[in-house]
Amino acid sequence: MAVIDHNAELARAGANVRGWTGALFFFVRRYPLGAIGAVLMATFVVTALFADQISPFDPFTTNARASLAPPGGAHLLGADFMGRDVFARIVYGARISLAVAVGATALGCVIGVLVGLMSGFFGGWFDLLVQRLMDIMQSLPLLVMALVMAASLGPSLTNTIIAIAIPLVPNVARIIRSNTLSLREMPFVEAARAIGMSETRIALVHVLPNTLAPLIVLATAQLGSAILVESALAFLGLGVPEPHPSWGRMLSESAAEYVRTAPWLVIFPGIAISAVVFGTNLFGDAIRDILDPRQRL
Amino acid sequence: MVDAATPALATPERETPGRQLNRLEGPALALPVLEVTGLTKHFPVRKGLLRRTIGHVYAVDGVSFTIGAGETLGLVGESGCGKTTVGRTVMRLIEPTAGTIRLDGHDVTRLGKSEFRPYRRQLQIIFQDPFSSLNPRKRVGDIVGEPLKIHEALSRGERRERVAALFERVGLRRAQMDNFPHQFSGGQRQRIGVARALALNPKLIIGDEPVSALDVSIQAQVINLLMDLQRDMQLSYLFISHNLAVVEHISHRIAVMYLGRIVEYTDKTTLFTRPLHPYTEALLAAVPVPDPAIKRVKRVVQGDVPSPLKPPPGCRFHTRCPYAEARCKVDVPVLREVEHGHHVACHLR
Amino acid sequence: MSVAATPQPESAERARKTAERVLEVENLQTYFYTRAGLVKAVDGVSFSLARGATLAIVGESGCGKSVTALSLMRLLADPPGRIVGGAVRLDGVDLLRLDEVAMRDIRGNQISMVFQEPMTSLNPVMTIGRQISEALILHQRMSNKAALKRATEMLQLVGIPEPTQRAKEYPHQLSGGMRQRTMIAMALACNPKVLIADEPTSALDVTIQAQILELIAKLQRELGTAVILITHDLGVVAETAERVIVMYAGRKVEEAAVGELFARPLHPYTRGLMNSIPRLALMRREAGPALQRLQEIPGIVPALSNLPQACTFAPRCAFADDKCRGQFPPYLEKRPDHWAACWHSERIAEMANG
Repeated sequence: MAVIDHNAELARAGANVRGWTGALFFFVRRYPLGAIGAVLMATFVVTALFADQISPFDPFTTNARASLAPPGGAHLLGADFMGRDVFARIVYGARISLAVAVGATALGCVIGVLVGLMSGFFGGWFDLLVQRLMDIMQSLPLLVMALVMAASLGPSLTNTIIAIAIPLVPNVARIIRSNTLSLREMPFVEAARAIGMSETRIALVHVLPNTLAPLIVLATAQLGSAILVESALAFLGLGVPEPHPSWGRMLSESAAEYVRTAPWLVIFPGIAISAVVFGTNLFGDAIRDILDPRQRL
Repeated sequence: MVDAATPALATPERETPGRQLNRLEGPALALPVLEVTGLTKHFPVRKGLLRRTIGHVYAVDGVSFTIGAGETLGLVGESGCGKTTVGRTVMRLIEPTAGTIRLDGHDVTRLGKSEFRPYRRQLQIIFQDPFSSLNPRKRVGDIVGEPLKIHEALSRGERRERVAALFERVGLRRAQMDNFPHQFSGGQRQRIGVARALALNPKLIIGDEPVSALDVSIQAQVINLLMDLQRDMQLSYLFISHNLAVVEHISHRIAVMYLGRIVEYTDKTTLFTRPLHPYTEALLAAVPVPDPAIKRVKRVVQGDVPSPLKPPPGCRFHTRCPYAEARCKVDVPVLREVEHGHHVACHLR
Repeated sequence: MSVAATPQPESAERARKTAERVLEVENLQTYFYTRAGLVKAVDGVSFSLARGATLAIVGESGCGKSVTALSLMRLLADPPGRIVGGAVRLDGVDLLRLDEVAMRDIRGNQISMVFQEPMTSLNPVMTIGRQISEALILHQRMSNKAALKRATEMLQLVGIPEPTQRAKEYPHQLSGGMRQRTMIAMALACNPKVLIADEPTSALDVTIQAQILELIAKLQRELGTAVILITHDLGVVAETAERVIVMYAGRKVEEAAVGELFARPLHPYTRGLMNSIPRLALMRREAGPALQRLQEIPGIVPALSNLPQACTFAPRCAFADDKCRGQFPPYLEKRPDHWAACWHSERIAEMANG
């Protein structure tokens, strides 16, 4: 038998992790991709929050003289056909994207949790009806649903958030419902009934907190998806309206006409979108691995 | 308190068990703490899109017994016998199909949820699995304090004090109140379950296989704890288990169940020294003896337990009974008192 | 057995004894590398198994008995588990030195295992005839038809009525007892030299348990298989085993023939276990009423990470003193063919007689 270095094995397994810094290093070593994802997400959030401080220019100011300026000099990433600074628009666009992503995911999750919890807990006709409704919602392609919503509700930031949130509801509801179904039969829920707790209270106090763990993974993944959908909507002219800077619209405005003459107008928003979505996916994967009970040692 | 109109399916137990036993101190109460008569539970089996009922699981079929103050009734049987369903039905966690349940003489069988709620103070339950009977996201102090929150108007400090006292009662330290369930061992979790059951000072605790999932050496600790509590608080237990040795140790009277019916019902000494029902004999013969020096004639009963979906006609044990006769396949034996305090449901006894 | 303490027999005698032993486990060490630290699940366990004999390994949760069984079959999940030392010799061949391909040849063929939960150990989408045939096709190179015929014979052997019909059924159509019989049929299909049964009856009703134990004993007689029975139930041990090993916190603490162990337990843990079981009236040797209180073993099993140098049972032992708290006692032959790891086994022995 080969000689085994116990300490190396233990280090790999994560024993001897001390404090926050230790845990951080362990996370980075164990899930390097997740760490990259975390960094990307953190950059995204910081950019969005401190847009005012980071951006040298105001994203709305036009400057005819700087129209289509290439990257370099005063305009770090160039300027668009109205002379607006691309860097500034990307930085402020992060704010919009963050608002849309977080808003839509949060809204979708809240509604989905309520629907899934009630459906799973109370069962019966309500559950059957809701399930069929969810089936219908899921059978429509996400983009088409969002399109229809956006088109019927009209363009605005809030409406965009709603339009993206609604297709998210069936996914969340499904997961919460299946967790609720299995939790409903657990002895600790029966124990709560045996004490005389009302069903509603049991659902909120006992069942709900235990269904949320897988939701974290789903929500993280959905953040990226929300941004992509928003970009697609903007591309089709149905997203966040002017004058809010939106990465998707930046792409849509420039793609056809300027891709050859002023490629920086397409490249940088594209990179921004890709980086954030990539980051949320990587981070979400790592979170799922961490929370997976089978991986727990 | 027993009607003349009681169904003939099972003879209700009239005597107050307390007086027969020398373990009890103090006068036995006139009213039994729990009296169950003709308890029946059939689960409909539904299939298809329209959920049509295609059959029933005859889980519990006319079960009757009484439990006095400070007394333990052991309910023994193998899988499919319905003992767990009896426990759940008495707690009204499952609604009975027929029969009556009386707590301290009050008929609680058909009470609505809110009407039944005050009775829940007197009737509590301990579950089998220490790992899933505690909410993993709550602190154990909160778990034990929950019954107090619902039924009593105490300040936070008062509640905490009560919970601390309960913790010490079951052999845990009050400092552990703020921990989470996963920080405890199986035996400790079961003690927490006991503390939760004690919170409202109940008269009767139903133990649904409370020690079956524990290691042998821990079982002894919890069994001793339960017996100490019974002695100190005049608690009654409905002790449901498949482990005959444990049941014999802790019970005063025992009811043996098979496929939804009680087949033998008597005090513990009689059951284990003079069992009358062939199934009881088979159970006793099957229990492995932890002593190689004791050699017994092993008569292993063959066959499997029939499904409760299609129980055999007549005596349900006839398919496996070594003494079965023709009439056992047709006539249902009634639970009769064949000698003082000893009830058997068998044609041949 | 601890090699150091065995008196050296004649070479011929030794050769005969070795030939009698179908399995020899020497200083098996299996460790788990976890967040909580190094868990020494099995720490230096040795034993031998004679041909056709029954050895019981007794202990409670966390003692390492199941990990021992999985180590013998090399079925551990790596990570986090690893066999870090020792040897497991099946008829002379060290299983721990084989590569995975060679090991697969041996699993199910020369050494096989029956698990606790028959419900989850059988594939729900394969007929049971097919599942039994798998091992035969794999190891004995039988054709499908021949394998199915033999599988049906096995079903007959394990006492399943109407075996031809049953072979076409799926696990969910069988009762728990029948599923366990199927598992036994699968395990014995290739006539292995050693059968490891890990809590084979713990999930079954007591009447079915009696049937299964009777079946294992019968098959053992007919096929000459050696059996390692892992259990926590002392009743099962008393009725089926010839030799018993008691494990605690990853190590052996006592070992003897079954009659000797029950008559004169030398380790406080064994003694505590025997005293803490409620016994039916007709099983008690002494007449008279039952004890009002069961004798408890206070405390709980220690966490297996960071075990101290002391005797692992000391915190729960009524006889523990400073010597016990300082050093783990050596595993010695205290009486003829009766081994224990305890500093005070003479005192325990006296108590048994008193």
